[in-house]
Amino acid sequence: MITIENLSKTYGGTSVVRDISFKARPGRVTGFLGPNGAGKSTSMRMMVGLTTPTSGTATINERRFVDLPNPGREVGVMLDASAQHAGRTGRETLTIAQRMMGIPASRVAELLELVSLTATEADRRVGNYSLGMRQRLGIAAALIGDPQVLILDEPANGLDPAGIRWMRDLLRDYADHGGTVLLSSHLLNEIEIIADDIVMIGQGRIVCQGSKTELLQAAGTVVRSPDSERLHRALVAAGIAATESGDGAFRTGAGITEVGRAAHKAGVLLTELRASDSGGLEDMFLELTADTQRERTAA
Amino acid sequence: MTTITDEAVRARRTEIAQIPLSRVVSVELRKMFDTRAGFWLIASLAITGVFATIATIAFAPDQSLTYYTFAKAIGFPMTVILPMIALLSLTSEWSQRSGLTTFTYLPNRRRVVLAKTLSSVTVAVASMGLAFAAGAIGTVVGSHIAGTSTVWDLSLGHALTIVLGNLTCLLTGTMLGMLLRSSAGGLVTYFVITLLLPTLFGLLASTQDWFHDLRPWVDLSLARSSLFEGMHTGDQWAHLAVAVALWIVLPAAFGLRQVMRAEVK
Ligand SMILES: Nc1ncnc2c1ncn2[C@@H]1O[C@H](COP(=O)(O)OP(=O)(O)O)[C@@H](O)[C@H]1O
Ligand SMILES: [Mg+2]
Repeated sequence: MITIENLSKTYGGTSVVRDISFKARPGRVTGFLGPNGAGKSTSMRMMVGLTTPTSGTATINERRFVDLPNPGREVGVMLDASAQHAGRTGRETLTIAQRMMGIPASRVAELLELVSLTATEADRRVGNYSLGMRQRLGIAAALIGDPQVLILDEPANGLDPAGIRWMRDLLRDYADHGGTVLLSSHLLNEIEIIADDIVMIGQGRIVCQGSKTELLQAAGTVVRSPDSERLHRALVAAGIAATESGDGAFRTGAGITEVGRAAHKAGVLLTELRASDSGGLEDMFLELTADTQRERTAA
Repeated sequence: MTTITDEAVRARRTEIAQIPLSRVVSVELRKMFDTRAGFWLIASLAITGVFATIATIAFAPDQSLTYYTFAKAIGFPMTVILPMIALLSLTSEWSQRSGLTTFTYLPNRRRVVLAKTLSSVTVAVASMGLAFAAGAIGTVVGSHIAGTSTVWDLSLGHALTIVLGNLTCLLTGTMLGMLLRSSAGGLVTYFVITLLLPTLFGLLASTQDWFHDLRPWVDLSLARSSLFEGMHTGDQWAHLAVAVALWIVLPAAFGLRQVMRAEVK
């Protein structure tokens, strides 16, 4: 179980992760979805103590990562498959992990087999590996300590469709045996294929979270007011996460009744309140991506 | 479901122990040898040792084919290579980005740095042991070839100060590694402070009177040279202590603080 509570990170004056809270549960694959630059990697680095949070906490099985006596035995981590010493062979990279964790040497060969790296490939230097091979090696290093929790940043990057399928089956099986998986992606369809639960993040904020079935079914709500400022405040006050869609309207994963009640309570005039036409998740994700792109072109 | 997993977590926890420091040291030792760069650095210790022995026999005047001459010739390349080994052991975690895994296997960075320092010291002490042994062989063989008598002119005390001198070279590498956390930047800075700085200090001392008296306290390579040539006075120890504090202890403490805080990405 991974528990994130009010986690924030500010660089200089820029908020990169803003007050995020969620749980990744045992037996489930949780997809951490968001466009590039949304703050996924920063959040994951904070979970494993590589980056110090500005505020908030992250715990794994109720303990902070840095307090784990032998973290590799409890949490498998792959943050960047390319972050390996290029001059070491794949086998040596795993051997170092195996020695450090103090587990039997036979695990190295077992894991190489599990991720389908052949003996000749394993004896080549990582600098000569393709991205897909590095991802496989990274997964092997994450799994070698037989941990109960996995944290994987963009693990499907560089994998071909067959590789993505392989990873889905591997993680599915792992979760079915009671493991907790948190994996990130900037591609909705990867997350749709692999995840049970989805946490969607945009510009450092969680936009929506829930089970995949729930989110894909939920139509979501579009709401509009001439006074969009007040509407936004009313939604925030009611604890409803919403994204502005540019023309003064807001989109949210919350239901019509909930949104209407929040506006009514704050006495905000509404000019539009309806269920969004298509799958709310995809809409919201496209909007987040479009926002990011707009900012890029503006910058 | 939840209860089963909670139990699994708890059961696993009781069997997981803290990673002992000895294990971290042995892994860090292994990491010094297992890359091509690391392998050749360590191999170059042996290669330069053999060359130094042969060159001494070939070129040194017959009467100076003594143990001290051999030990000095073999030991000199080490004072250059050992600090590079110590430096790269630290900086590669950032330059090669392997720190992303190293610091997730062991989040206590102080222990990682301690283990790296201990493994560098182990390599240094082991290779100096070999250098003294190779020097002994060179002395016997050399005097035999030259037809002179074998001269053992290195006291145990002097041998120990030579080891200490080598360790201060080595720790300069460790200090720079923590401070700069970049292989290229670290190596360049290392050569600047070992090659350029002593020359600058020499120039300054010969032109500026005020610096002449100050130099022994602040010029580490000068203070260290008495470790290699032989320590005779308490003043030499005092100079050494101040120079080491200034050039190694202080910057290393600052570097360690940065290592503890720096984001690893
Ligand atoms: N050290 C830093 N200083 C300033 N900004 C940073 C730093 N690290 C990351 N960022 C910014 O934080 C944002 C989130 O980055 P990241 O967590 O890598 O996003 P993601 O993994 O979702 O693509 C980006 O806009 C990035 O530019
Ligand atoms: Mg990222």
